[in-house]
Amino acid sequence: MLIEFFFCLRKHGLKTSITELLDLLAALEQQVVFADIEAFYFLARLTLVKDESQFDRFDRAFAEYFEGVEQVDLASAIPEDWLRRSLQRQLSDEDKAKLQALGGLDELLKAFQERLKEQQERHAGGNKWIGTGGTSPFGAYGFHPEGIRIGQEGSNARRAVKVWDKREFRDLDTEGELNNRTMQLALRKLRKFARTGSAEELDLDETIRATSQKAGLLDLKWRPERHNAVKVLLLFDVGGSMDDFIYECQQLFAAARSEFKHLEFYYFHNCVYEEVWQSNERRFSEKTPTRELINKYGRDYKLIFVGDATMGPYEIAYPGGSVEHWNEEPGQVWMRRLLNHFDNAVWLNPQPLEHWKWHHSIDMMHELMGGRMYPMTLDGISGAITTLLRKSAATAPVS
Amino acid sequence: MQFSSTSSYIVADELALAVNAAVTLEKPLLLKGEPGTGKTKLAEELAASLGVPLLRWQIKSTTKAQQGLYEYDAVSRLRDSQLGSDKVHDISNYIKPGKLWQAFTAAQRPVLLIDEIDKADIEFPNDLLHELDQMEFHVYETGEQITAQQRPIVVITSNNEKELPDAFLRRCFFHYINFPDAATLSDIVRVHYPDIQRELLQTALEVFFDVRKLPNLKKKPSTSELIDWLKLLLVEDIGPQQLRDSKGLMPMFGALLKNEQDVQLVEKLAFMARRRES
Repeated sequence: MLIEFFFCLRKHGLKTSITELLDLLAALEQQVVFADIEAFYFLARLTLVKDESQFDRFDRAFAEYFEGVEQVDLASAIPEDWLRRSLQRQLSDEDKAKLQALGGLDELLKAFQERLKEQQERHAGGNKWIGTGGTSPFGAYGFHPEGIRIGQEGSNARRAVKVWDKREFRDLDTEGELNNRTMQLALRKLRKFARTGSAEELDLDETIRATSQKAGLLDLKWRPERHNAVKVLLLFDVGGSMDDFIYECQQLFAAARSEFKHLEFYYFHNCVYEEVWQSNERRFSEKTPTRELINKYGRDYKLIFVGDATMGPYEIAYPGGSVEHWNEEPGQVWMRRLLNHFDNAVWLNPQPLEHWKWHHSIDMMHELMGGRMYPMTLDGISGAITTLLRKSAATAPVS
Repeated sequence: MQFSSTSSYIVADELALAVNAAVTLEKPLLLKGEPGTGKTKLAEELAASLGVPLLRWQIKSTTKAQQGLYEYDAVSRLRDSQLGSDKVHDISNYIKPGKLWQAFTAAQRPVLLIDEIDKADIEFPNDLLHELDQMEFHVYETGEQITAQQRPIVVITSNNEKELPDAFLRRCFFHYINFPDAATLSDIVRVHYPDIQRELLQTALEVFFDVRKLPNLKKKPSTSELIDWLKLLLVEDIGPQQLRDSKGLMPMFGALLKNEQDVQLVEKLAFMARRRES
């Protein structure tokens, strides 16, 4: 029972397990819900999905399974007779009458397909979720006949959209496939422990010594508990050539966020210049001067660059070399300033190691970093972390 | 047993379904959502509506899983031994049951609230896997085996500060409390302030949702802030007209905006809006 549904969820990348499926079946057996598709949707989500960032995937999988909608991509012309047949099956006489008022089924289907084509042309890689505009006859989910809102006024407009079709959780799905445990394990090396904070742990050796000094009268000694004291400043390259590696970078970022108490992150594009930013959506309105990073974060912060360092050599070496704006000072000046301030810094490069030699800019950056550039593999990260934890890391060569 | 909205707490249908499923199947229910959307309140209301005791285990960054089971006070036993107290001979005098122990041995099936589980160490949920699954644990000092008489209703809340391990999540039901829409919100407000003027409520909600829509707020006001704010409006007897006419910041903004930068942001935007009008 529901085996197909289960595999449909797995196909959409949800890591649902068999025990969770059994939970759902148990709930159905106990008749927690009965013959109510919406309640079933909530129940299935409750038992099978454990993270709100996965809700959107679940919504899509649910729609695919229960609407019988094939996940066809792009210019897939929907067979007209398929549409027509199911439309006729789905619509009541009353609906059909309303439909006539809009110009008849043929008109509507034609308009629909035109609209579909238009939409695909506009968004490369557009998918089946057609527009959300309130005035379109195709409503929030125009693809499926059930979603066509016929007549905008009246209370039936609300019914047209199923809960899972609202896809309320789309915004939460920004993280994609994350939570890579191996990545976390690699980063765990970076969790250097230092004893800070208040006395909390019993210091047994010290207690025995103190007690024997007092001739057996108990004298307890405490020592501070271990706290994670590593501070990390992450600088991420976004946009342009980095698009191919966004997935790996997100993984690293998600793993990093849960590992450290102090983790600050900023974005840059290709090379660090006088400004960095924290939110990609508002990158042009909210910038942080790079100078401020140097002033704000102590030299004990571990600085990690993540970027492919694949760019024109002039983007590093010349004033005005940036592809986006006029930079007064070349990128390498800013790189050196950062490297001079922070004792420990590494560069993680998602480009495969064997490709490095083909890009002159990687060579330049590698040299700027004093050889501390590592590929973004498990080994590379381990190597980078060992370097970061070294007491006196080599300072960048000044040339 | 069907849990539904009470006279003091409005619960969305899907949340009610989640609670009922968790109660029926005896699974822990993990609740996530913005701060102030009533996660903790749910456990209180659930206990009240079932007429059973609520055991609340508030998690802090220093909380250990073991503290939920029991604590062995070795220090006072050592002290007592030096003072020659008779209590020393029975080790169980020094074992203090934790919240889980209390929940397992309660006479009535209680509601156990594990509040803000994400505040604890990253390994904390893993240490509770067996206890929450089998509802039993072993006391090493006395050799006792504590088994739940009846499985308590477990409600766990998280503010998403840390990711919880997969193995733990698999054992829970999960519900994300979405921020309520305007209609539900006005229901909630009416539960708290039955005789609030319709017009005032309307205007206040408009202002409230406008504030929530602002980009870049450090802390978006949530339901509990809205309720505090309305209380102040009522106490100060501010009418809807006054609310609408207020230039710059809304009256009693301190209840809605908890951050100095947010206050400045709203002030600036209000100023700009006013300039555009004139």
